[in-house]
Amino acid sequence: MSVTFKALETILERYPPSSEHLISALQDVQAKFNYLPPEAMTAVCDHLGVPLSRGWAVATFYKTFSLEPKGEHDVAVCLGTACHVRGAANVYEKFRRDLGVAGPEGTTRDLKFSLRQVRCLGCCSMAPVAQVDEEIHGNLSQRKAGHLLKMYRKR
Amino acid sequence: MQITSFDDLQKAKGEGLVQLYPDKPKILVGMATCGLAAGAQKVYDLLNKKAQEAHWDGVVEKTGCIGFCYKEPLVDAVLPGKPRVTYEQVTPEIAGALWEELAAGKIPEKQLMARIDVDDMILDGGPRKFYQGKLKGFLAQTPRYEDLDFFKLQRHIAMRNCGFIDPDNLLHYVARGGYFALYKALTAMTPDEVIAAVTTAGLRGRGGGGFPTGVKWASCRKAKGWPKYVLCNADEGDPGAYMDRSLIEGDPHSILEGMLIGAYAIGSSEGYIYVRAEYPLAVKTLQRAIFSAREAGLLGQNILGSGFSFDIKINLGGGAFVCGESTALMASIEGKPGEPRAKYVHTVDKGLWNRPSNLNNVETWANVPVIIAKGADWYRDIGTEGSKGTKIFSLVGQVKNVGLVEVPMGVSIKDLVMQVGGGVPENREFKAIQIGGPSGGCIPKEHWGLPIDFDSLWDAGAIMGSGGMIVMDNSTCMVDVAKFFLDFLIDESCGKCIPCRLGLKRMRELLEEFSGGKGSLEDLNELESLSEAVKDGSLCALGGSAPNPVLTTLRYFREEYEAHILQGKCPAAVCKDLITYSINPELCNGCTACVGECPQGAITGTKKEPHLLNASLCIKCGACHEVCKFGAVDVA
Repeated sequence: MSVTFKALETILERYPPSSEHLISALQDVQAKFNYLPPEAMTAVCDHLGVPLSRGWAVATFYKTFSLEPKGEHDVAVCLGTACHVRGAANVYEKFRRDLGVAGPEGTTRDLKFSLRQVRCLGCCSMAPVAQVDEEIHGNLSQRKAGHLLKMYRKR
Repeated sequence: MQITSFDDLQKAKGEGLVQLYPDKPKILVGMATCGLAAGAQKVYDLLNKKAQEAHWDGVVEKTGCIGFCYKEPLVDAVLPGKPRVTYEQVTPEIAGALWEELAAGKIPEKQLMARIDVDDMILDGGPRKFYQGKLKGFLAQTPRYEDLDFFKLQRHIAMRNCGFIDPDNLLHYVARGGYFALYKALTAMTPDEVIAAVTTAGLRGRGGGGFPTGVKWASCRKAKGWPKYVLCNADEGDPGAYMDRSLIEGDPHSILEGMLIGAYAIGSSEGYIYVRAEYPLAVKTLQRAIFSAREAGLLGQNILGSGFSFDIKINLGGGAFVCGESTALMASIEGKPGEPRAKYVHTVDKGLWNRPSNLNNVETWANVPVIIAKGADWYRDIGTEGSKGTKIFSLVGQVKNVGLVEVPMGVSIKDLVMQVGGGVPENREFKAIQIGGPSGGCIPKEHWGLPIDFDSLWDAGAIMGSGGMIVMDNSTCMVDVAKFFLDFLIDESCGKCIPCRLGLKRMRELLEEFSGGKGSLEDLNELESLSEAVKDGSLCALGGSAPNPVLTTLRYFREEYEAHILQGKCPAAVCKDLITYSINPELCNGCTACVGECPQGAITGTKKEPHLLNASLCIKCGACHEVCKFGAVDVA
């Protein structure tokens, strides 16, 4: 989605110009565009009256925010303790291999998937767990992880 | 419905009871996140559709999680004059079959897990018996839920309404005695009396620290400054703990009522709930609860005609573990990066926006209305000398009955794992339990007789924490676990102070050496002394408790570290540098499953011939081990 003045304005309208709303406003931008476009950051900081440096400080501190465009499907693999003791590390590696993501986290070149780690989705009874977009998939094995990606590729 | 007086409360309660226990059949589906993840939405949709198509004179309703996550999706049915019955692991197909019988007025036998004879309703209105006379047939044989091993030791106080009410229905909450404690506090008690009750009850903070709640309230009440803030910490970041999420999703008004009572006691009119954005359902449930409380007049100006005013805002967390720390949480609400500050000035004096602020955890708040309603002495009778009341634990990991359990303080680890949890699956052996998240520690089998309370756990090197309990068996390597927690903490360290930022990294490097079979016994000592330095030198509790997983594993499992260093062996066969995969030709029957699964093409072989694994190509991903149905892949 391209960054339009109108889309930004509807977000900014919700917040009075005060620094306390910085995180909430950026969360709205993130939800709208799936990342924080630099022009949106400037607009939010200008509107709230906070220095741009503070905006970037917040954006790089919290995991919620992404500075780069994300893939179509968000694959969040849980590496919480319960998942870890049930073999989540191997499952995560399987996702990484199949998606061809070089670093620990990342987005595929075709912008189809973004792979990331989360620490506990709170579904420990079904460990190991991964959340793709809004859906939670439990009791994963490497094999199931492979099938899961195939299923989402087709969507 | 406006609730502005005692009469209104009574009326709401009457109306709520009619809705809660109508004179017609009712089906309840557990729709907290754990239920939804297991497929409860489809079950709910199906039952609703069937009921509508049949113009059924009954109710299909959602409810929260009663704690038995392992058996989700759970479906309950209440037919008038019959015991309430609970069905386990209900798929849409099973739900269809259940529906046929229920619609015909019969109680189905299939998938029946337990029956509930009496609804305790601990606050008001109960106990309420569901039926009179004697049960016959299979129902008489079905265990009562309190007789199941999973529930036998449990006592639901904070979770009193979870699994019994529709969390979005304010009247359901009032029907079970909700907001009557607030009325009592506002009309019959002075703020000091409220604080005295909470202090006498012995309530200690459920979020991790275990600080006496009444003492905190009293200091905040005394503090000079205006306005004062009442905050709720719902930034549940501990991996393996999800009791706060479940409480919010199952009974949000209990938290609001607790905060209202706290605000009255402290003298505050503004509140914040800081909740994890990773919990979308919990956030929505809270928003709806706040909205309906405001509509009813239970939040806002002149609550229940007492002159007391209070309102609550929600702030979403940004996914930073350190924001569970009080000063970091407050910085985050102010719109700043969540960096903690030194606490020589307490937050009860100067907290949010430098004003007196009182922060308590979700579970702590949920306990408050019970203390006010039932009295401090009632509450004091539960638990141990130093730790009163109950605590919710998330019992997860290598244990059969995974779920949320609320037990009186003082229950032993052994009883919790073996009785409530049903032991370790597949007859493997219990090795250790990890308590308290990344700030806690691993407690070995030798100490599993330990009663679970704040002080005993502290002495054993762990902490109560928020209540995550991860059971580990002999397939878990303790060096790997220590490394796992350090990875987490390095990632989550805010970087403000050096001991935490750099000390943890150096500790991680040492552990990396050990898990590669390198290092020396001297390095072990260095790890130990570095741990102590990080513990003493860090600014906040995140760094101060970060070495606990390392220190406890060193204390109880030193020989496992030594096996890595001296013999180059990982006894649990986890650390990749020290293990090799091979195929046992005697057990391999040549099914070729592993050949197809191996990403490296390292396994060769034809059908019905034992396969061969080329170790030089193997990346030790374990895919072959996972698919082999004959146990022919050895890891050593």
